[in-house]
Amino acid sequence: MKALDRKLFRDLWHLRGQVLAIAAVIMGGVATLVMSLSTYDSLATTRDRFYAEYRFAEVFAALKRAPEPVAERIAAIPGVERLETRVKAGVKLEVEGFSDPITGQLLSLPDVGEPVLNGLHLKRGRSVQPWSADEVVLSDTFADAHGFQPGDRLAAIIHGKRKQLTVVGVAVSPEYVYQIAPGSMFPDFKRYGVLWMGRSALAAAFDMEGAFNHASLTLARGAKLQDVVDRVDAVLAPYGGTGAYGRRDQFSNRFLDEEMKQLQTMATIFPAIFLGVAAFLLNVVLSRLIALQRDQIAILKAFGYSYAAIGLHYLKLVLLMAALGVAAGIALGAWFGQGLANVYTETTFRFPYLDYLLPPGVIAVAFGVGAVAAVGGTAFAVARAVRLSPAEGMRPETPEVYRATLAERVGLAHGFAAPTRMILRHIERRPLKALLSVLGIACAGGLMMVGNYQRGAIDFIVDVQFKYAAREDLALTFIEPTSGRALHELAALPGVDHVEGFRDVPAILRFGQYRHRGAIFGIQPEGTLHRSLDSTLEPVAVPPGGVVLTDHLANEILHVKPGDFLTVEVLEGSRPVRQVPVLGITRQFLGVSAYMQQDSLNALMREGPTISGAYLAVQPGSEAALYAQLHERPRVLGMVANQAAIQSFYATIGEFILFYNLVATLLAGAIGFGVVYNAARISLSERGRELASLRVLGFTRGEIAYILLGELALLTLAAIPVGFLVGIGLVSILVSAFQNELYRLPLLLTPQNYAMGASVILASALLSGLLLWRRLGRLDLVAVLKTRE
Amino acid sequence: MQSANAHGKIDSMPADTAQPVFVARGLTKVYRMGEVEVHALRGIDLTLYRGELVVLLGPSGSGKSTLLNILGGLDAPTGGEVRYLDHALTGASETELTRFRREHVGFVFQFYNLIPSLTARENVAAVTEIADAPMRPEDALALVGLGNRLDHFPAQLSGGEQQRVAIARAVAKNPAVLLCDEPTGALDSATGVVVLEVLEKVNRELGTLTVLITHNAGIADMADRVIRLSDGRIAEIHANAAKKSAHELSW
Repeated sequence: MKALDRKLFRDLWHLRGQVLAIAAVIMGGVATLVMSLSTYDSLATTRDRFYAEYRFAEVFAALKRAPEPVAERIAAIPGVERLETRVKAGVKLEVEGFSDPITGQLLSLPDVGEPVLNGLHLKRGRSVQPWSADEVVLSDTFADAHGFQPGDRLAAIIHGKRKQLTVVGVAVSPEYVYQIAPGSMFPDFKRYGVLWMGRSALAAAFDMEGAFNHASLTLARGAKLQDVVDRVDAVLAPYGGTGAYGRRDQFSNRFLDEEMKQLQTMATIFPAIFLGVAAFLLNVVLSRLIALQRDQIAILKAFGYSYAAIGLHYLKLVLLMAALGVAAGIALGAWFGQGLANVYTETTFRFPYLDYLLPPGVIAVAFGVGAVAAVGGTAFAVARAVRLSPAEGMRPETPEVYRATLAERVGLAHGFAAPTRMILRHIERRPLKALLSVLGIACAGGLMMVGNYQRGAIDFIVDVQFKYAAREDLALTFIEPTSGRALHELAALPGVDHVEGFRDVPAILRFGQYRHRGAIFGIQPEGTLHRSLDSTLEPVAVPPGGVVLTDHLANEILHVKPGDFLTVEVLEGSRPVRQVPVLGITRQFLGVSAYMQQDSLNALMREGPTISGAYLAVQPGSEAALYAQLHERPRVLGMVANQAAIQSFYATIGEFILFYNLVATLLAGAIGFGVVYNAARISLSERGRELASLRVLGFTRGEIAYILLGELALLTLAAIPVGFLVGIGLVSILVSAFQNELYRLPLLLTPQNYAMGASVILASALLSGLLLWRRLGRLDLVAVLKTRE
Repeated sequence: MQSANAHGKIDSMPADTAQPVFVARGLTKVYRMGEVEVHALRGIDLTLYRGELVVLLGPSGSGKSTLLNILGGLDAPTGGEVRYLDHALTGASETELTRFRREHVGFVFQFYNLIPSLTARENVAAVTEIADAPMRPEDALALVGLGNRLDHFPAQLSGGEQQRVAIARAVAKNPAVLLCDEPTGALDSATGVVVLEVLEKVNRELGTLTVLITHNAGIADMADRVIRLSDGRIAEIHANAAKKSAHELSW
C-alpha cells in the first residue's frame, strides 16, 4: 500500500466516531431509497408476472344481461385478442357463528377447463369440478379471516334464494389483488369475500342461463384501448352496458398503482433530505481535517506530490466514508424493503407469491447518489486543499478573527460572563455553519414528526368519517333503484329508529378531454344520519339543479370551475346523457365525489322519488335480529355495519403504522445524532486548545463543559422550533404528494407529533453531550502548552 | 542576596528570612511511551522562595518542562514529593489540583494560548471572574503596558502584545506563583525583551515567585537564581551576584 493510502486509513480510523455518525446519516438516506425502490420493483415485478401468468384482462365491461351470442360480436371487434364472458353476482353470505352482515362477489368459472382470462392461483384445495352444482373457490383473504378449509360449507343468498355452498379451494386472483367491498372505505376481509363457482350453477341461481353480464378481454398487439372500449360500448349499450374500461380504471389495479406511486415519492423526498444533511456533515468534517492538515499538505506538495494527487487523496477519504454508509444503507434498506413488502402482502395486496428482489440498478443508484452527495458536499473544501500553496501552508494560520456579537454591539449582552460571550461569538462568527447545523438537527425532528404523523391523520379521517359524516349503524344497498316507498317498509322493521334513503347513480363525468368514471351521489339537505362533510366538518351545501364536486375531482381530474357545464353519461337504466352545471367545490379527505340534491338527481334521471339504498339507525341490542330480517329480503343486496368496519380497518393498518414508526424513529435518531455529535466533535476540535488552556488556568471540567455544551444546547434549542417548521413542511409535501382519488391526508399535527419531534432532538443532544463530557475529561493539558495550533 | 555558589549542595538560600513556597524532595518522573521508559526527572530536590525570580535552564529533554508542570499541578511525579506552602501536591486529586491552579498559580505559555473570541480585557476577565481577590482586568493590562488595547481581539494584536495580555491574565488573580514556559520562545529578541521587562516588573512590584523556563542562556542573567537541568537532574544552582535588568539583555 502506498504511504498516502496508509495515511488515508489512519485518518479514517482517527475520525472513526465522526465517520460512523456520517455513515449513519447516509445509511438512513440510502435505506429509504433502497427500501422504496426495491419494494417498488418487487411489487411491479410480482404484479407483472402475476398478471401475465394468470392472464389478467385489459378491458372490462359490465352490463345488465346479454344473450351469449352477443359475445361473438364483441370477439369480432378489431383489436380484441381474447374474450371471456362471465356471470357476476352480488351476494349476501352466511357464515356460521358470525352474525355481522357479509357481502360477497360471486364470479363464474367456465364449466369445463381453465378460465381464458383472469385465472385463479390456487393456494389450497382444487378448482370446482366440471358442471358441479355447489362447489366454490374462496378468495384467500376471506377464507383466512374465517378459517375456511376445503370441505367447509357456507350459505349464499343469490337473487333472494339461499344456496348451500361447499368450499373446495382457496385462491388468489389478479382481479382482486386489492379487495374492498363496493362502497366501503377500507378493506374488511371478514365482511367481504370474493367467490368463484361453475358458470351453469351460478347462471341457474342468478337467472342468467344462456346469458352473461360481464365481459373481459385482452387487446391484440397495436390495438388502441379507447377504440376497442368505444366499440364494446356500442355493442353492449342495448344490453344495459355500463361502459367498458381499461386496467387504469380497474379498482384493484388502480389502487395498486396509487400505492406504488407513493413508494416513488418516498424514494425521492426522504433520501434527498438525508443526503443533503450528509453532504453538509462531510463538508464540515473535511474542512476541519484539511485545516488541521495544512502543514502536512504543504509538506507533501513540497516533496513533489502533485496537486491532483492531494485532491484525489481527500476525495478518496470522503468517498470511502460515503461508501461505508451506502453499503450499510443497502443492507438496511433491503431488510426494510423485505419487511415492507411483507406488510403489504399480509395486509393490503394479495399476491400468490412475492419475489422480493434487489436489482443491481437500485444498488448502482444507491452508490451513485452517495457519491454525488459526498463529492458535492466537499468539492469546495477539497479545492481549498488543492490550491493551498506549500509556502503558505507551512506558516501557522493567523488567529481566528472574532468580533463583538450584534447583541453586544447594541448593548444587550452587558452582564454576560466571558464563557457566555465565547459561546455567542463562536456561533456568530460562522453564522452559516450554525444555521446549517440548526437546520440539520431540525431535519431529525421534522422526520420524526412525519413518521408519527400518519397515525394522527388516520385517526382524524376515521373520526370525521364515522363520528361526524357516516353516523348510521347500517348502510344497505338495493339490487336496483327502488321506489322511495321502501323507506316506510324499512322504518317499520323492529329495532329501526330512523331511516334515510340515498340515490347513487353510476356515471362518467366529462369536461373537454377530461373524464372521470364514478357516480353522482344524491343527498338530502336535511339528512342527519349520513352527511357529506367538507374539510371544515360542515355539511356540504348543495344548491338545487347542479353538482358540487370535491376539490381533487374538480381541480386535478376534470379541471372544471364553478359555472362550467359537465357532460354526465349515466351508466344505469336507459343511460341518458345530460349537461349539468357545476355549482360549487368542496374539500374532502376520502374518495372523490359529485353531489346533487336527491330531488335534482331524480329529476335528472327523469324518475320519481327513487333510492339506491338506505341508512339506518338501529336500537342497540337489536342488530342481530335486524340483520337476519334484512338478509332474507331479496332486494337488499348488501349491508355495511359501521362499527365493525372501523375495527377491522385499524387491525389492518396497525402493522403499517408500527412499521413506519419503527423506520422513522431509527432514521430520525440516526440523523439527529449524526448532526449533533459531529457539530460537537468539530467544536471540540476547533476549541480543544482554548478549553485546555482554560483548564490549565484553573477552570473546572464543568466550567469548560459549559462553554462547549452551552453552544450545543443553544443550537439544539434553536433547532426545536425550526424542527417543527421542517416537520410541517415535510408533512405538507407528503400531503400534496400522496393525494389521490382514494384519499387525501389532512395537514394535521397533534401535540404528540411535536413532542416526538422535540424528544428526538433532545435525546440526540443528550447522548452527544454525554460522549463529549467523557472526552473533556481526557483533554491533554500538557500538550496544549507546547504546541501552536 | 547571597552569592554563594552551591556546588554539591542541593539547595541554596537566597535570603535567610525568605519563606519557602515550593519544597520538592526526591522528585522522579517516568513516562512510558509504548515499550520505552523515558526518565524525565531522576531525583530533584529543590526549594523555591517567595519573591524570587528563578530561571530554569537546560537543553530540550532536560526535564525542565516536566518539573514546571509538576510544580503547576498539571502533572504528577512518579516518585518523591512536592509541597506548596503547607499543602502536599503529591497525591492530590484532580479536583484539588484544579483548585490549586485556580487560586495560586499563574501560567504563561510559549504560544500565549489566548482565547481568540475574547478581547484582551475579557481574556483577563475570564480568569478574574473565577478568582477570589483579583485585580481589575484594566489594572492588570495597564501593568503590562496595554492600558490602551483593552478592547482588541487577539487577532488584532502583535505577538509581543499577545504575550503581554497572557502575562496580565496570569497575574491578575494575584497568584503566589507565576510559571512561564519559554515565554519569549516565539518572539524576536526586541519583543522578547519587552515581555521580560514586564515579567521583571511583575516580580518586583507584586513580589510573585516567578519561575521562567528557557533554553536561552542569555536570559539567565536577569534571574536571582539560575537552576541548570541536565538529563533529569539538577546540574547546577547558581545565584547571580549582580543580576541584570531585562533591558540590558540581548540574544
